[in-house]
Amino acid sequence: MPDNAISTETIIQIERVSKWFGDFQVLQDIDLTVRHGERVVVCGPSGSGKSTLIRCINRLEEHQSGRIVVDGNELDYNTKHIHKVRCEVGMVFQQFNLFPHLTVLENCTLGPMRVRGLTKKEAKSQAMEYLERVRIPEQAHKHPSALSGGQQQRVAIARSLCMEPRIMLFDEPTSALDPEMIKEVLDVMIDLAETGMTMICVTHEMGFARTVAHQMVFMDEGRIVENAAPEQFFSNPKNERTKLFLSQILSH
Amino acid sequence: MIRNKAPYDSYWIDALVLFAVVFLIVYVVYRVNTVLVYNWDWSFIPGYLFRWDEELQSYAPNLLMKGLFTTIRLAIWSIILAAILGFIMGVMRTSRRLFPRMLSRLYVELIRNIPPVVFIFVFYFFISSQITPLLGLDNISEDSSPMTLKVLDFLLGPPELLSNVVAGIICLALFEGAYVTEIVRAGIQSIPKGQVEGGMSIGLSRIQLMRYVVMPQAVQKVVPPLASQFIILIKDSSIVSLISIQELTFLTMEVATSTQRVFEIWVFVAGMYFVISYACAFGFSRLEKRMALHKA
Ligand SMILES: Nc1ncnc2c1ncn2[C@@H]1O[C@H](COP(=O)(O)OP(=O)(O)O)[C@@H](O)[C@H]1O
Ligand SMILES: [Mg+2]
Repeated sequence: MPDNAISTETIIQIERVSKWFGDFQVLQDIDLTVRHGERVVVCGPSGSGKSTLIRCINRLEEHQSGRIVVDGNELDYNTKHIHKVRCEVGMVFQQFNLFPHLTVLENCTLGPMRVRGLTKKEAKSQAMEYLERVRIPEQAHKHPSALSGGQQQRVAIARSLCMEPRIMLFDEPTSALDPEMIKEVLDVMIDLAETGMTMICVTHEMGFARTVAHQMVFMDEGRIVENAAPEQFFSNPKNERTKLFLSQILSH
Repeated sequence: MIRNKAPYDSYWIDALVLFAVVFLIVYVVYRVNTVLVYNWDWSFIPGYLFRWDEELQSYAPNLLMKGLFTTIRLAIWSIILAAILGFIMGVMRTSRRLFPRMLSRLYVELIRNIPPVVFIFVFYFFISSQITPLLGLDNISEDSSPMTLKVLDFLLGPPELLSNVVAGIICLALFEGAYVTEIVRAGIQSIPKGQVEGGMSIGLSRIQLMRYVVMPQAVQKVVPPLASQFIILIKDSSIVSLISIQELTFLTMEVATSTQRVFEIWVFVAGMYFVISYACAFGFSRLEKRMALHKA
């Protein structure tokens, strides 16, 4: 799959980005370029800054030095830019973060109605379309708490897609799931990849990574230690820490 | 199945406690009857609850019932005002901006660190001299149609006492608003950070996040503590008797002075407070169970 159309147009440009939590430097001089239609998989040990990095892309975290440009909008203190970026970038969280007081359908129509200004009818029919894409239309009128973890995560994906984003971020979307539900979520993500969506996925699902990734990124202690095409990344990693990490994770 | 529950074998403690309680009651009754030689007389009480109105040829509420109605009106109106005030202040308390946060903090700390009685005296002076004239309440009975007066009478009690009642409501609302503020703040802060992030990731603005994500969830959490605050308010409302608001405690003092049956009247009124507070608590807990059932 990795060879379907990636354009040469850059959609996310991250240049020398650093970030600190107090005295602790979480991100150190991160450089990363993502092209339109490209799929990047980020992996690395826990605490290495993977979540922080992708959360900087839709400004859930603020970076303190360097530059992040998403589809022509630089992330700075201009709230208009931030808003624009958030409308174009969808995000799926480890803990789903669905709205428990709303039904599945309402979860999916909230953004389109309030942010994109669709009418209720338009938002509903669009939401049903995406709920079908994630294979869960029959649950539309239930509340998230009545759904299994795998179903909730698929709703979360549908909720993001309803904003018709150009980029999707995934932060360990299957880490909170029981093993038997991981596949249903990964399958939906693979479907999404086939549509040509630009994706950045933090995940340790290496089978998935091999299937979809154009670019593999390995992070450790706030740095990008290795950045390579998947064939090379898996068969011939250059960095010692990458080798160690891969041997640990693939032996499971 | 092995249950890790010790069999209950401390009945003698229960028996001892029961015995002590019964003994205490018997002793108090004995002291009152024989040592104080107090002659109980409850017969005057019904007459102070209702009186026979010659003009209307029917029973009309007398001092104690009037006081009770005023107390209930005070409690309801001031909890509504306090809820509005507390809601605004509670939202300000969680604001990202320093100024609203400070203002709301100042309000809460001011009220929590002044004795209620002192607060009431200070504010009553201000409210009765400034705010009620501003609202034009003093000559409302002359200016209004009979229909509005009837509605006002139902909502706020007799028109001639309107400015008196309104002053009481404002005092109580200001006072209780501080506690509601803390309840609302706790409610807002109990919403997990992931909810806000989920909302931000679909492009909601700060205000939309509050309106569609945080508040609907916070309100559900705030209702039970707000209900208990309402019951506290019913009892706390007796404090405005000090500024001559004609509610239950104030009128009871009048009855006590005119009848000289201090013991009976206060015991009876304690019972009245107990009944309304307990009835409210019971009602609210039923409601809560109902709501819990609905959600499941
Ligand atoms: N809000 C925060 N305040 C302080 N430290 C944080 C915060 N968020 C994350 N960290 C720290 O930053 C480091 C990187 O976190 P994270 O990006 O979540 O790593 P990963 O996703 O790779 O496990 C961790 O050591 C974590 O403890
Ligand atoms: Mg993480």
